[in-house]
Amino acid sequence: MLKLENCRIMNGGFAVEADLAVAPGVCAAVIGPSGAGKSTLIEAIAGFLPLSRGRVSWNGSDLTRAQPGKRPVAMLFQDGNLFPHLTAAQNVALGINANLRLADAEWRRVDEALQRVGLEGMGSRKPAALSGGQQSRVALARVLVQGRDILLLDEPFAALGPALKAEMLDLVADLARESGATVLMVSHDPGDARRIADQVVLVAEGKAHQPQPAAELLDNPPPALKAYLGSA
Amino acid sequence: MAGRAQPVSAFPGIGAALLVAALILGTLAAVAVRAEAGTGFAASDWVALRFTLTQASLSALLSVGLAIPVARALARRRFPGRSLLIALMGAPFILPVIVAILGLLAVFGRAGWLSQGLISVGLEPVQIYGLHGVVLAHVFFNLPLATRLILQGWQEIPAERFRLAAQLDAGPLAMWRLLEAPMLWRVAPGALAVVFAICLSSFAVALTLGGGPRATTIELAIYQAFRFDFDLGRAALLSGLQLVLTGAAAMVALRVSAGEGFGTGLDRAVRRWDAQGGLARCLDGFWISLSAAFLLLPLAAIVLAGLPGLTALKSTVWQAAGNSILVAGISTVILLGLALPMAAAVAAGRNGMTELAGILGLAASPLVIGTGLFIVIYPIADPFALALPVTALVNAVMALPFAMRILVPRAREVLGRYGRLSLSLDMQGWAFVRHVYLPRMRAQTGFAAGLAAALSMGDLGVVALFADPDFATLPLQIYRLMGAYRMEAAAGAALLLLVLSMGAFWILDRGGRWHAEA
Repeated sequence: MLKLENCRIMNGGFAVEADLAVAPGVCAAVIGPSGAGKSTLIEAIAGFLPLSRGRVSWNGSDLTRAQPGKRPVAMLFQDGNLFPHLTAAQNVALGINANLRLADAEWRRVDEALQRVGLEGMGSRKPAALSGGQQSRVALARVLVQGRDILLLDEPFAALGPALKAEMLDLVADLARESGATVLMVSHDPGDARRIADQVVLVAEGKAHQPQPAAELLDNPPPALKAYLGSA
Repeated sequence: MAGRAQPVSAFPGIGAALLVAALILGTLAAVAVRAEAGTGFAASDWVALRFTLTQASLSALLSVGLAIPVARALARRRFPGRSLLIALMGAPFILPVIVAILGLLAVFGRAGWLSQGLISVGLEPVQIYGLHGVVLAHVFFNLPLATRLILQGWQEIPAERFRLAAQLDAGPLAMWRLLEAPMLWRVAPGALAVVFAICLSSFAVALTLGGGPRATTIELAIYQAFRFDFDLGRAALLSGLQLVLTGAAAMVALRVSAGEGFGTGLDRAVRRWDAQGGLARCLDGFWISLSAAFLLLPLAAIVLAGLPGLTALKSTVWQAAGNSILVAGISTVILLGLALPMAAAVAAGRNGMTELAGILGLAASPLVIGTGLFIVIYPIADPFALALPVTALVNAVMALPFAMRILVPRAREVLGRYGRLSLSLDMQGWAFVRHVYLPRMRAQTGFAAGLAAALSMGDLGVVALFADPDFATLPLQIYRLMGAYRMEAAAGAALLLLVLSMGAFWILDRGGRWHAEA
């Protein structure tokens, strides 16, 4: 269980309050108007933004003061998820050892992860020699080898076309189901939420709400969400 | 509120900054303590002060005054070789002063091309030594710099403004009032201040083309007090005066200047619709040809004069060249050892002091640091035996401000773009430095290293203070050859130095960009 208890997250002059719990293995979409604090919420869970109040915990262990790299969290950012001077395999390998010192068995895990995301034999390519979709797959392969309990997505597929984005989201859903990871993904698009999310965390007016079942919430939106979605 | 976490520690950079500050401020303190023992300024010191200010003002006014029409012509004309000429205007920055002086002598000297021409039509030859020679050399170095700074101002006028002006059928006067004058008003004071500050601490130019009681800069007076009279108290007093001057000028220059002339994209040509008339074309052509000739003729003269001497270089010259390569190599390593951690510390934020230490070198003069080091070393060791490491160290500190200007923006970019990703992968400290910071900084590191190596290779400053007759770097050896009127040997050695400096820059800069992914 990922718990944010009575949290207040400061991001510059702007604050987001969060008091919510996400059950293990759930895929939750974080939606809301732009500037409401979706990324702020995600960054606080990842450990990039300090809490001025409250507590973050995973299965009972306190994460509030843990360094980003020491949390059970893997994260994909909007852009810059790969190092352009490292090969695809090296980029994946960073998920196992940040010093790139891997045993043979671990390099085999890297190859298997690349194979799982459909990039067999492309490990020696650098990101510039890969398409946008393939770059996203490399980043997902790294998430796979990281084997963290929580996966945070801050709109990493926003630059991809609709079909490719849907393909990536399906891949994320598959990988999460296989590993049992808990997923929180920021999204602008209610369609994304309907596609793979079990639950929706609404962030509006400086507050992150308790997750609600996705289909139910999107079919009968409360006023704040309704204002964001517009009348369809 | 606590700042964002960063994958790289600021402490090594803060340590490096403290070292630099200790070197600059410590030598300053040594100088200050020593200066109290002095006897106050002599009349000749005030003459030196006045000459320093006069030549720096004249050099700044002439450089910027001439740079305005040249930059204007370059901004509105497109011709083959334009980007090459603009790139070449960056070259004087790393051109060894002594090489340029030999080139200028070959063109403007008593036996130079210009004088020969004048004599052949029955006129008097020109006189290059003294105030006008010093100013001429400073304009040679700073006209290209000022041109690049002002050209940058022209390039920063948005293309839409020119389109709008063309749409409004703006003539030359309207163009001037609407676009050009406001831009110059913003850019020219900075260029003036930068050139003025550079010329204040001129040593090698004054040493070779000035001299004599009426053409001595303060830097040169420090050297003379030190070298000829061994009057450390007076050298210290003059150092104090110089420090106040350069410090004040550097503060003004930093405040009013916008760019540093390193900017790329200067060769981009903005589409212009104005100034298509015949007269405007002729005038622009005149300014472009004049500036190109002024820049290229002395360089051509060095190559022509140096080629015959190159085959007959004495072993002392080769030895001096070996010393120069060693000094440049050590200096570059020291520079990178200081600048890379400092840039990381500045980029990681909350390190105003580190940034300040980085630009401290702009206010310090090499001769002042040299004097201070001499005073510190003298009681405990033989300073002359340490000429090589001291020269390398001082050169590195003098190159530091430029290196920081190159490295810091990129370091900010690297930390901004990859900092969070690295943290989330628990990639910190050495792992981050090795796998992310250094590889991503490679092109800028190569550029900074190239500048440092070329500047150190061509430096004729602190080495003149510390070298005994048995030790020389290549620039010092050339100066000695000139002093002995062995001009052919000097020209040959100058060509060698030119090749070494430019070669060092080219290799390091290229090496940095080789196979570098954007």
